[in-house]
Amino acid sequence: MREFKGRVIAEGTVSAEAVVSHGGLNTLASFQKALQFGDKKATCGDQNNPDLYGKQMAGKALCLPMTIGSTTGGLVLYCACAMKRQPACMLFSKPIDSLAAAGSILADVWLDDVCMPVIDSLGDEFLDYVRDGMTVTVKENGVVCVE
Amino acid sequence: MILTNEQNEILNGSKGEVLAKVMKTMVKYGEAFGAEKLVPVTSDYNHLVTSFGLKMMTPVFELMQQLIDAGAVSTQKFSVDPRPLDKNVPANFLQNFIFNNFMYATQESYEKQLSALGLKDDKAFTCTCYMDEVGNTPKKGDVLSWAESSAVVYANSVLGARCNRNSGIIDIMGSVVGYVPYFGLLTDEGRKATWVVEIKTTKKPEAQLLGSAIGMKVMEAVPYIKGLDKWLGNELDDGVRTYLKDFGAATASNGAVGLYHIDGLTPEAVELGDSLVCDDAQVYVIDDAELERVYKNYPVIWKNINASPKLCFMGCPHMSLQQLKDWTDKVEASLKEAGNSKVVIPTVFTAAPDVLEKFNATEYAARLKATGVITSYICPLMYMNNPLCGKMPVITSSNKLRTYTTARYYTDDEILAQITKGGNK
Repeated sequence: MREFKGRVIAEGTVSAEAVVSHGGLNTLASFQKALQFGDKKATCGDQNNPDLYGKQMAGKALCLPMTIGSTTGGLVLYCACAMKRQPACMLFSKPIDSLAAAGSILADVWLDDVCMPVIDSLGDEFLDYVRDGMTVTVKENGVVCVE
Repeated sequence: MILTNEQNEILNGSKGEVLAKVMKTMVKYGEAFGAEKLVPVTSDYNHLVTSFGLKMMTPVFELMQQLIDAGAVSTQKFSVDPRPLDKNVPANFLQNFIFNNFMYATQESYEKQLSALGLKDDKAFTCTCYMDEVGNTPKKGDVLSWAESSAVVYANSVLGARCNRNSGIIDIMGSVVGYVPYFGLLTDEGRKATWVVEIKTTKKPEAQLLGSAIGMKVMEAVPYIKGLDKWLGNELDDGVRTYLKDFGAATASNGAVGLYHIDGLTPEAVELGDSLVCDDAQVYVIDDAELERVYKNYPVIWKNINASPKLCFMGCPHMSLQQLKDWTDKVEASLKEAGNSKVVIPTVFTAAPDVLEKFNATEYAARLKATGVITSYICPLMYMNNPLCGKMPVITSSNKLRTYTTARYYTDDEILAQITKGGNK
């Protein structure tokens, strides 16, 4: 078990199973098919992401370096949250990018019944350590426990 | 973050609950990046990325309606990305049925929302809003609240405006409240280069390939590119601006570049030169072999990699007027050489409605039509982003389209050969 400390972008506590992307998450490519065609598991549809393609993202602790791709990324993440198909939490090894920040903040400010804790700056060691299937717990003040 | 009295009052609800939430969104967005203040948006027009009435985006339409109902509409008129539908573009019965009745069933109602929010005019649907024909061309130093990665990188790099890589919704909210947080590419420090790219090719590099190589290497960093002025010259004329449009779109989509400087060419590089480069900048050398390596490594995600192309898309981002004219000449000449009268693969050239209007007034329009090439204002990316079109073997010389869809990339010369001769002859 290891603890990591990051910065809180969206508050909340949660415990969930990890899914890990070592490359950037293309938000549009990953979520579009799931949101368009009613897939409640939000199965990742990005064929260019070998770590996540075909895996469930909804309800999981999504561990990643950053998001990449189209500037629709933030609103796609907002839609995933509004449709209750969002990850349980998003945990970034790097400082958050502008698209992921937008999606997280829009959901936090504009959706009353959605809680998706978002922590950034967890460091490269976090992504080196965490593996698919591990249990990740987001605690107060940006503390993330992986076991 | 330190707010002015006016900003604080808005945040506390002086102009209503909805505008307070808009301000709260912009403040939190800025805080995530350590912004210490909000600065006024100064451009004449805004540009939004969200042009499509895709059913999955219902939560966005509901949010937009909250803004409209509260009178929290844009303080600027805006252009927006291209429409996702155009009856000129080939589609079979099933595709048309699904596009119109399922995927884009909310297109009409969403366009009404855009009008209510401040859409510039009915023709303002393009990703190349900065072109002279369209008229949303920011001035050097203007502060923008734009989204659309290819437009943002062009505005920052070629025009010298200042804009972060904003997400959709953030784009409209910055304009509604009239302020954006001061961080990243808005600041002098954030516009400094942390990479130096040295171009050592033996010929003018393909814009889309060069942009892709740089984007994948530097990701979100600012590159300072040396040696490209040898091939492009030192003047931002029409041809160079077109090259940089395609180059920049590839840097932004294959990586996450929001600003590049080109030594001796782009405005800030001409003005400030090497002082734009950070002391500890990394170096990336690009020669012919490196471009070849990048090209060879693109995954082909067609089910059958030997399939015959069913469609060719050119114009992601939308083509310029000169590009349409040049390609008319090239297609005609190549068809003549091959002994063909029309293109052998259904081919669509896309451009802004205002650019197409100008093109259609020239003698080139009839000539291009005679070759069988179709012109359209559609967004190729939105056309491709569904399971029906995603399975089609589509070819393109757009590295952005390649990145976001199943379209297969070829260089301009290879595309020309494919559509006029049926192969890389």
